[in-house]
Amino acid sequence: MADQSIAGPSGMNRLARGGEDGDRAARARLAIVLLAVMLGAAMLFSLTSGASDASAWAVLRDWVSGAAANGSATDMRTRVIIQDIRLPRVLMGVLVGASLAVSGAVMQGLFRNPLADPGLIGISAGASLGAVAVIVLGATMLAPVVALLGPMTLPLAAFVGGLVATLILYRIATRQGRTSVATMLLAGIALAALAMALTGVLVYMADDRQLRDLTFWQLGSLAGATWQKIGTAGPVIVAALAATPFLARGLNALALGEATAGHLGIPVQRLKYVAIVSVSAAVGAAVAVSGGIGFVGIVVPHLLRLAIGPDNRYLLPASALLGAAMLLVADAVCRTIVAPAELPIGIITAAVGGPFFLWILLRKRSIVDL
Amino acid sequence: MIEAKEVSVFIGRRRIVADVAFTARPGEVTAIVGPNGSGKTTLLKALSGELPYEGRIAVNGRDLVAMKPAEAASLRAVLPQATSLAFPFTVREIVRLGLLGGRSGALAGESKRLPERALAKVDLDGFAGRFYQELSGGEQQRVQLARVLCQVWAPVLEGVPRYLLLDEPVSSLDIRHQLTIMDIARDFARRGGGVVAVLHDLNLTAMYADRIQVMRGGRQAASGAPQEVLVDPLLEKVFGCRLRVGAVPPGGAPFVLPQSAAAS
Repeated sequence: MADQSIAGPSGMNRLARGGEDGDRAARARLAIVLLAVMLGAAMLFSLTSGASDASAWAVLRDWVSGAAANGSATDMRTRVIIQDIRLPRVLMGVLVGASLAVSGAVMQGLFRNPLADPGLIGISAGASLGAVAVIVLGATMLAPVVALLGPMTLPLAAFVGGLVATLILYRIATRQGRTSVATMLLAGIALAALAMALTGVLVYMADDRQLRDLTFWQLGSLAGATWQKIGTAGPVIVAALAATPFLARGLNALALGEATAGHLGIPVQRLKYVAIVSVSAAVGAAVAVSGGIGFVGIVVPHLLRLAIGPDNRYLLPASALLGAAMLLVADAVCRTIVAPAELPIGIITAAVGGPFFLWILLRKRSIVDL
Repeated sequence: MIEAKEVSVFIGRRRIVADVAFTARPGEVTAIVGPNGSGKTTLLKALSGELPYEGRIAVNGRDLVAMKPAEAASLRAVLPQATSLAFPFTVREIVRLGLLGGRSGALAGESKRLPERALAKVDLDGFAGRFYQELSGGEQQRVQLARVLCQVWAPVLEGVPRYLLLDEPVSSLDIRHQLTIMDIARDFARRGGGVVAVLHDLNLTAMYADRIQVMRGGRQAASGAPQEVLVDPLLEKVFGCRLRVGAVPPGGAPFVLPQSAAAS
């Protein structure tokens, strides 16, 4: 049985053992509380650290005392740095981190495989293609669309790109109700390559200013965070994440296979549909504002499954919290490691996530059925 | 009652089940028997709503096609031949999935303890904390049965009989657990529910079935009580080998099997 090794009696899994009665709910709830505290700490840390010596504490004091509204205790420059640069960046990190981690967890539940991730299987590449098309063609071919949709164009284009990629992938990998993991991964690679070729054409067409935007954006970064971007991508991400708790029970049942999930009373087709649309929306919006940040969707849910088990009712919210916290920490590293310059965050997540992915693969080679 | 009329099932272009009639009554264990590839499992999958079919299938008089998944789930639970699991769930977490629809029919206070009770029933007391994938095939099959039992814990809910659809429930079990599981099925039927079981073991079938549906080449070869169906000519024709049906003499009179002499 190929699935046998997923929970093979290896040492790490014993961490997740729920004691004698196999009930890990209490532990999972505690973990969620701890993760929420951790995220709070990461947000505070992120807000207070950076290349500038601007004191977030002073600004925080102002907020609390209401001094910011009527003249200021702190100088203008500090306020701008904290309120218009760091704060949107922190919020963006939370939104993007949560969205990538939850999308990973949902995809893994849907494909019944711990290695499914929006970044690996071409969804991000599709979203990326949509976004690049808007950046490059926004003033020419797509000008009427941009005029119609305004600042929503970029996240929407990324969303549509991600959705189309997901639908194609699902159609290819699913035959007679069974989703083949090997087909999924390989088709994902092919789709990503195709999307990257088209992206390449667009890059070739781009002018110098667009090129600089594109390169930075493709490496992935939270540096471009503004309140306006949060205003456009935020609602999409929040709406998509809000849908996922309703998927949790269905995804749990899906772990037993599609037929059994149906026998248990889950409307499987609708579940798949909602899952695909939410993941495409969340990933599309995240990619639109932060570019190519990979591996968060694999690393976070996998670590959490070791700690609290695979029950999606807890895994999904815990992934949101840990994904957000991890991305904030990674971003803080990016901002400070080569200060006053900064590293694109996609480099850090890939540098950590690549080896992690290999580690899962080597421990559980048979999962991918290759 | 589960009632199927002129049911055909196609997989690709091949007709696996052809114009089959089938009836399972509450209060009875109905066995489906037949050689490999005769369409037993396919018929069961049509009855459970898993495979699309032509013809008509009604559960308690309601057309199966018109039922939402949740409604069907409150009327019947299905045990598949084998279940592979994607993530490391504990046994309790698997069994609890049976309670997903919230129509177990257990009393309000019982619901929380139901996974333990179901596990005890299938002789897996104390297995709740184990990982599903660490169990043997037979143990996994019994965990799945415990899950299925949780789904329709009460054989009759609000006056409506419910059903267990079991696909080879004892195929990977030792003889003691074969009897345990078949006793559970019979008990479910005695308390007013209906049981449909695909079985290979003709002795178990003779012991436990109230009615037997015999399948051959996708068609119904026979249907009736065990005494009517388990007869030499029919079995020889259906299974294509020489078979002799034996019977214990009435009144508990002692008798001697001649094989015991031949074997030594």
